[in-house]
Amino acid sequence: MVKFLRRFYLTLIFIFLYAPILVLIVYSFNESKSRGYWGGFTLKWYVELFRDRDIIKALYYTFLIALLSSIISTFIGTFSAIGLHNMGLVPKKIALNINYLPVLNPDIVTGIALMTLFVSVNMRLGFLTMLISHTVFNIPYVILSVLPKLKQMDKNMTEAALDLGATPSYALRKVIIPQIMPGVITGFLIAFTLSIDDFVISFFTTGSGVTNLSILVYSMAKRGVKPSINALTTLMLLTVVILLLLINKRTTKGDELIP
Amino acid sequence: MKNKARFLAYPYIVWMVIFIVVPLLLVLFYSLTEGNINNPSSLSFSLKNYKRVFDVMYLNVIWKSFKLAIISTLFCLFLGYPVALIISTIKARYKNIVLLFFLVPIWMNFLLRTYAWMSILSPNGFLNRVLALIGLPPLNIMPGQTAVVLGMIYNFLPFMVLPIYTVLSKIDKNVLEAAMDLGANKFVTFLKVILPLSVPGIVSGITMVFMPAVSTFVISQLLGGGKELLIGNLIEQQFTVQRDWHFGSALSIILMFMILISMAIMSKVEKEDDNGGAPRW
Amino acid sequence: MSKKIIELVNVTKRYNGVTAVNNINLYIRENEFITLLGPSGCGKTTTLRMIGGFEDPDEGDILFDGVRINDVPPYKRNINTVFQRYALFTHMNVYENIAFGLRIKKVPKDEIDRRIKRMLKLVDLEGFENRHVDSLSGGQQQRVAIARALVNEPKVLLLDEPLGALDLKLRKEMQIELMDMQKNVGITFIYVTHDQEEALTMSDTVVVMNNGVIQQVGTPVDIYNEPVNRFVADFIGESNIIEGVMIEDYVVEFSGRKFKCLDKGFGHNEPVDVVIRPEDIDITEPEKGLIQGVVTSVVFKGVHYEMMVEGGGFEYMIQSTDMAPVGANVGLTFNPEDIHVMKRGS
Repeated sequence: MVKFLRRFYLTLIFIFLYAPILVLIVYSFNESKSRGYWGGFTLKWYVELFRDRDIIKALYYTFLIALLSSIISTFIGTFSAIGLHNMGLVPKKIALNINYLPVLNPDIVTGIALMTLFVSVNMRLGFLTMLISHTVFNIPYVILSVLPKLKQMDKNMTEAALDLGATPSYALRKVIIPQIMPGVITGFLIAFTLSIDDFVISFFTTGSGVTNLSILVYSMAKRGVKPSINALTTLMLLTVVILLLLINKRTTKGDELIP
Repeated sequence: MKNKARFLAYPYIVWMVIFIVVPLLLVLFYSLTEGNINNPSSLSFSLKNYKRVFDVMYLNVIWKSFKLAIISTLFCLFLGYPVALIISTIKARYKNIVLLFFLVPIWMNFLLRTYAWMSILSPNGFLNRVLALIGLPPLNIMPGQTAVVLGMIYNFLPFMVLPIYTVLSKIDKNVLEAAMDLGANKFVTFLKVILPLSVPGIVSGITMVFMPAVSTFVISQLLGGGKELLIGNLIEQQFTVQRDWHFGSALSIILMFMILISMAIMSKVEKEDDNGGAPRW
Repeated sequence: MSKKIIELVNVTKRYNGVTAVNNINLYIRENEFITLLGPSGCGKTTTLRMIGGFEDPDEGDILFDGVRINDVPPYKRNINTVFQRYALFTHMNVYENIAFGLRIKKVPKDEIDRRIKRMLKLVDLEGFENRHVDSLSGGQQQRVAIARALVNEPKVLLLDEPLGALDLKLRKEMQIELMDMQKNVGITFIYVTHDQEEALTMSDTVVVMNNGVIQQVGTPVDIYNEPVNRFVADFIGESNIIEGVMIEDYVVEFSGRKFKCLDKGFGHNEPVDVVIRPEDIDITEPEKGLIQGVVTSVVFKGVHYEMMVEGGGFEYMIQSTDMAPVGANVGLTFNPEDIHVMKRGS
């Protein structure tokens, strides 16, 4: 009995979570634009999706910014984490607290603050400002991922490398980085995900025709939505499910699923 | 051997000053001044912006934001805790798949999810269509506060479930067995052992839901039709439509401090509970 | 007399106001097996780390082959270390771990292969080249750590309590193996341990330390038989330490009577500490004993009985294969050469 209740409740929640998405998927095949009734099965919205310049451009910028900012932030974040790990107690604490401000602050404050900075120095809002902004909020998450791995690492291992003749930079390359690599990769993935999904910060720090997916959907939702967005939702769902299944297969040790 | 590794962090420290500290200081500066921002020499010190916040109209907005955020957080907590509990009791084989499908919505774009909800709740959206089919009158939920709350719950529920689940799954099974060995039935075990041990997860979850909920403007804009103004909307307006950056900055600073204070309170609660905890992620 | 390969001159090291190593002076001879011995916190590991280059002395000089190396980083010293918890590179297999130092020196590949093969034979891990470090037992990991250090042919090998994490039987086996290795390879071993039995078994020279200060330097036999103070006497082996008075050369008084002994050089009637090892005391009939007493406890230890006897104002510990039950009246006997006199001290 209890088992049934449990399953029932869980199913309800899952219905709650997926219903809106499933509705969109259904509509993506709907001949009629209206959300009202069913006009027949069609794939035309998918075709229109691939022809829609705005959507394609937004997707392009979304992925480009996400890729670039996650690569840059992983790089800077990893080396900075190593530096921070070796800092004295007090400077480290101060630096870390400042570092986590973009994580703690609501998106809107971070977005506004960055926009204010760019405008104050008369910098044109566009691709570069959006890229910088994404990097700003990505780096703390990379550091958050890498720092614990550094703490876990056996201190003697670095000393052993030096003892065996490695210069500090050789030890960094051949011993420290391989040891913290799982944290680096996780950091990269988190940064990438956050970037793809970001709306608020991008909204305030972009301009001159550079949009990403979130901004596009936002402006459409306010004005009136193109049905090709439904098609996009379906494809996105498919991609996410496949990706997650793949990741799940690779991590057979299982519980690193939680980002 | 001197430790020179710390130099690796110095470039980033410069970066942080430029892109984290300075922007916030600028916002603070604007909040404390008035005048034309395009003409720096016209700026003068003023507390006017902060005083404006205490206008009844704006206090109402702040109050509404808190109210809706608290309601959403509570719903997420009471709906989400059982979910976390149930998932943690599922057999290992299925647990991963269930978790995986639970995570899928988060990975989908936040705006698409909100938009999806729009198409269900809007006046001629899916929900009303279904109701019409059954012969029931349409619900005028959207635009409105209820729709906003529903949107918040929908978007943030997984963020409540995940931290709670993480903590629950780390509870040593032996502890539960010890409780039952000592005479506690399942209900008592839950109340006296599981629940207290899961508090760090609850605190995490509350933080991860309340913070975005109180500062959102997207959900309130799309599902509230621009009539349900929350702090986030107010701030957004100052910077886009109204062009009153000073007032907007003041509002931002206030929002920031409200959040930081709430988080300080939360972490005090967590510290008293024990556990030099691992990071929430 | 072989040359001094390492010398510590007036070396001091402080942490947060605590003096971990207090003005020590020590020299280490080439090809000897020398052990730094002492309780936790005595400064032995700090001293070792300063020799290795992982800590800088606050005062004093460290000389290697007569050259001051205070400012030389670890990767430029011709010294290698075996760490307490092995510190193997877990992202590499056995071969790559051992090859690490050789690759840095740009040793050609076939030479690397040759040396590693020879090393693996020396540590009895032939065929383990491709094994992953995580799959090895503690003892095997230990031997890889030793191989990784020795393959670089350093002049000095530092070992920081390397056997601490092994079980008793394996530890005893490894002690013998390390001694053999040192003789075979022919280099200086500087060993750190808190286990006095280990130190006595393996070393040519033992350096006893306490509170950052060297208490005594000597061969295992000297340290055991002629401890210079109460701390050393107490730390090394079991001992009975009785307060007494040195009447004159070769005569010492304690437990109510005078005894002939072999020590001299103390002042007349000088207060001293007297050391007698439990295994040097025999149990006999009360009339035949030098001291009379009553047995207060008996514990069977396998190799011998350990008895506490109260007599002559002191509770003596005796280790003997003879036994007397609790409550029995007994006599204690020992020889003049078993009495060791030290200056009275803390």
